[in-house]
Formats: sequence, structure tokens, C-alpha cells
Amino acid sequence: MIGLEQLTKVYGHGADATVVLDHLDFRVEAGEIYAVVGPSGAGKSTLAACVNLLERPTSGSVVVNGDVLSDLSEAQLQVARRRIGTIFQSDGLFARRTAAQNVALPLQYLGVTPGETRRRVAELLDRVGLADRAGHYPHQLSGGQRQRVGIARALALKPTVLLSDEATSGLDPQSTDAIVSLLKELRDDLGLSILFITHEMDTVLQVADSVARLDHGHIVESGRIVDLLQSPESDLGRALRPWRAHTEPETGESAWQLAYAAKSVPTDWITQLAARLGAPVSLLGASIETVNGATVGHATVGLPPIDPQRVVAAADELGLAAQQVSSGIADLERVA
Amino acid sequence: MSALGGFGVLANQTVPLGEIPALVLPALGETLIMVGITMAIVVIVGIPLGSIIFNLAPGGLFENRSLHTVLSWVISIGRSLPFLILMAAIIPFTRLITGTNIGIPAAVVPMSIAGIAFFTRIVENSLRSIPPSYARVAKASGASNLQVIRTAQLNEAVPSIIGGLTINTIAMIEYSAIAGTIGAGGIGYVAVTYGYQRFDNTVMGVTIVILVATVAAVQLIGDRLVRFTTPQLRTSSSSSSSSRLKTAVQA
Repeated sequence: MIGLEQLTKVYGHGADATVVLDHLDFRVEAGEIYAVVGPSGAGKSTLAACVNLLERPTSGSVVVNGDVLSDLSEAQLQVARRRIGTIFQSDGLFARRTAAQNVALPLQYLGVTPGETRRRVAELLDRVGLADRAGHYPHQLSGGQRQRVGIARALALKPTVLLSDEATSGLDPQSTDAIVSLLKELRDDLGLSILFITHEMDTVLQVADSVARLDHGHIVESGRIVDLLQSPESDLGRALRPWRAHTEPETGESAWQLAYAAKSVPTDWITQLAARLGAPVSLLGASIETVNGATVGHATVGLPPIDPQRVVAAADELGLAAQQVSSGIADLERVA
Repeated sequence: MSALGGFGVLANQTVPLGEIPALVLPALGETLIMVGITMAIVVIVGIPLGSIIFNLAPGGLFENRSLHTVLSWVISIGRSLPFLILMAAIIPFTRLITGTNIGIPAAVVPMSIAGIAFFTRIVENSLRSIPPSYARVAKASGASNLQVIRTAQLNEAVPSIIGGLTINTIAMIEYSAIAGTIGAGGIGYVAVTYGYQRFDNTVMGVTIVILVATVAAVQLIGDRLVRFTTPQLRTSSSSSSSSRLKTAVQA
């Protein structure tokens, strides 16, 4: 596991001091992928630099498997960094080294024998599906392949914690998918704790078990993805799965937003809702998918004039949170 | 030097055509020895010095503003003196080290000092062109500062440093001609004493041709080495991917 305990980073002194990270506290258990999202300037890069021990926190600590790693001397830090594998944005591969030589670097720094290094590098490149690209230089690889070499390098010293610092930013959707499935696979096979720092909400939904939103150095909201998506009042949940435009209701009907708010919403909820209300339910727009095994989503429906409280109650019995929309997308966004 | 001694008596006479090779070739050898020894010293001292000054600067591995300023000033002073003045100014120092103030050993001292100051800046500039993210990657992978400098800075800057080394070597060939005037011998000495002072246009022409050819050869070798050490340049020329793979594996 990796945990942050009251991690604070302040740049500058006195009146010029800027608090970049303000008492951050979270834990990523073994086998868990924890995403940290936030706009640029939120402190994500500083967080990454503190987690892989390139920057010393001003106060608070970074804990890996129970060991506090932030109060060490420079020489001890060099050793401690090996316990955390880092996947950098835009891979960070050395241009004058082949894929294999890049993956070998951490082993070389550690002083592993050439024979053992060769064996381990071959194993790692095979693990990320690039065994046939060992002799290629970075400029001969695609963005996704380079990032997979970066992952192999991060895994070279068998860390228990993987830090992914904007690893999928700038990749095309297919490459992002491939990297995301590789990370999930590695998490399952090696029991890694993965801290996934990104600004891409779509990727968070694909990869993470839990997520925290960082803003101005604070964690403003956090939780398990499924819980956030199923709680209608969560800002982060809504940001992860934004409402899209829907068809306007017929004259005389009013639009309602229904959000999946429970683990078990019946798949035929439209029929059931119509039966309960004794009125037709017209579907105006919907987005429903499975995230980490749970069905999440929301729908906009049109209903004839009915007592709003009856609608809310009926929807609630089906595990849906209902909210009336007066009309138009402008109002819809206000509600969302 | 000894090769030139025999021609000392031939004042106001042009060198016969047949004797030009015997005059010029040993002089070329002396130039190459002077520049060769100087460049060896320059590389041995300049690479560590350039790495140190780069990493003392803000953003470096062992940032230290005051030490950086001091070192930077010392190098700038070495760079700002015209070579002829530098050579004259440090004669006591040269004599202390070599025991003499004429000949090849005496020339190598000022040439090395000027060359080190030059090359330190070249190394520093080359390291600046390497993405700073490389050093972060290396540190996060558990590298010591020395390992970061070797693998993430110097090794990645090799093509750029070789390019700078080429420029530096050519500058040193030029300086060796100036050093020739303090009796260091070499092709520059021949050009000055025979070509310039005795108006021997043939000798002058031959020395010019030799200097141009030497500089061109250095430049050609330098360019080849830069090409060879840059994977993008080396591999784009090979047509098939199999030969590309072969080069990559060999490297």
C-alpha cells in the first residue's frame, strides 16, 4: 500500500509562501487503483513529485507498506525511490537507448549483473507485449508502445507501488485503452497499488476503483467510483459522467431526470415505472453503462402531469433518484 | 623542431620544391601532436567541469548559486582573453609546470587552458539541450547523482558534445598556429617563418592547403561521429527494418 499522511508542500517563505498541497490524506491499498483528478494548477505534478520522493514534503509523510519514506537522508531516499515505480507523462525514454536498454536502466543503477539484467528485461518487455521491439529506439515506436516501455521500466525493480503521472495524456483513445487494460492486468497479477494522476475524467472511469478530486491543493471530494456515480448529489460523480443533451418533451409532458442511485435497478424500470404511475414514460435521453461491475447511468424521461412526490417515491422504490427539469438544456445544467 | 633546424641557414632563399615535403610533413606531425595532447587534456578536464557547472546552476542536481557564479567567472575570464595575450600572461605558470617556455610542452599549457574554458561552455550548453525530465526519470529509477550525470545527461548529450568537440578541435588547430610563434613548431610556424617572413609563396600555399585539408578532415570525422551516435540519423538511412534492428542490437 501507499498512503499520504497530512502531506503538505509549501513553496517559498513568509509572505511569498504558496501552499501547493494542503494536508493531503489518503491510502491506496494493495490491488487498488486510486485516481487523483484535478484541473491544471491543482497541485497534481507536485503531488507526483512528492510521492516518488523527488521533492521533499514540507510536512507530513509518504508511507509505503508501513515505512515512512519522507524523513530520510538523501542517500536513503535514493534507495527508497526504488520501491515506487513511476510511469511518466510522455514516457521519458532516453532517445539514445533502445527499448531494452531503457528498461535496463533501473537495474543498471542498482548494480544488477548483465546476465540477470538481460533476463529480467526480456521478461518485462514480454510482459508489456513488446518482446519483438527490444532493439527499437524510441523514435521507432508509437506513442502507446513507448508508454508500455515506460511501464516495463517502472516495473523493473519489482515495486509494490506504481505512480502513473499523466501516463495516458496525449495518447490516442486506442492506446489509452491498451495502457489502461495493461495497468489493470498488472494490478491483478502483481497486487500493485496504483496511484493514477490524470486530468482525463474518461480514463478515470475506465481505470480506477476510487478517485479523489484535487483542487487548489485540497482534496475536495473522494470515494469509490461506483458510490460517487450512484450518489446524485456528488459533484465528482456528475463530472465523471456528464449529462448529455436530450430530446425535448412533448407538449403537456414535463422532463424528469432519473439517476441510478442503487446497486440493483431493474433493467425493465421504464415499464415498471409506467405501471406504478399508471402513465406512459417516454425516453428522451439516456446513458447507462457498467463500471467496476455496477450499472451506473442516468436517463431523461418525459411524463404527463403527475404529482411530483408520487414520481419521486415511485422512482425511489426502483433505485432511481428523480428530479424534475422544467425545460431546456440550460436548466438541465443548472440541476446537474 | 629538429626537422626545421636544417633550413635555418637558407635565409632569403625559397625552399626548393623537392624539399617542401621534408619541411611541411614533420611540421604537420607536430601540429597534430600539439592539438592531440591538448584535446585529450581538454576532454578529460572539460567534461567533468562542464557537468559540474551545469549542475551547480539553478535547476541542477546540486544547485549552488555562489559556487556557480565563481566558477562561471573563472571560465569567462579564460574565454575572454585573446589567445596571444593568454599565452604571454601565463608564461610563469607554463614555466612552473613544464620547466620551459618554448616548444611543444610550453604550447600545450596555454592551449589546454584556453581549450578547457571553451569546451566547458560547450559541454554545459550541450547538457542544457537535454530534456530535464531525463534527470527526473533517472532519479526516480534510483540513480545516484553520478549515475544521473553519466546516463541521463552526458550519454544523451554525446552527439551534441561531439559536434562541439569538432568546433573546439578546429579552434585548437588555429591556436596551434599562434603557439607556433613561441617556437612550438608545427604548420603555423612554417607558414609564419617561411611563407610570411620570407615571402615564400609556395610554402605558404602548401601550408594553406594542408590546414584546409586538416580542418576539413576533422569536420568530416566529427560529422560522421555525430551521425553515428544519433539513433534517428543512423537508423533513418538504412532502408530495411531488419538492418535497423541489427544496428540497434549492436549498439
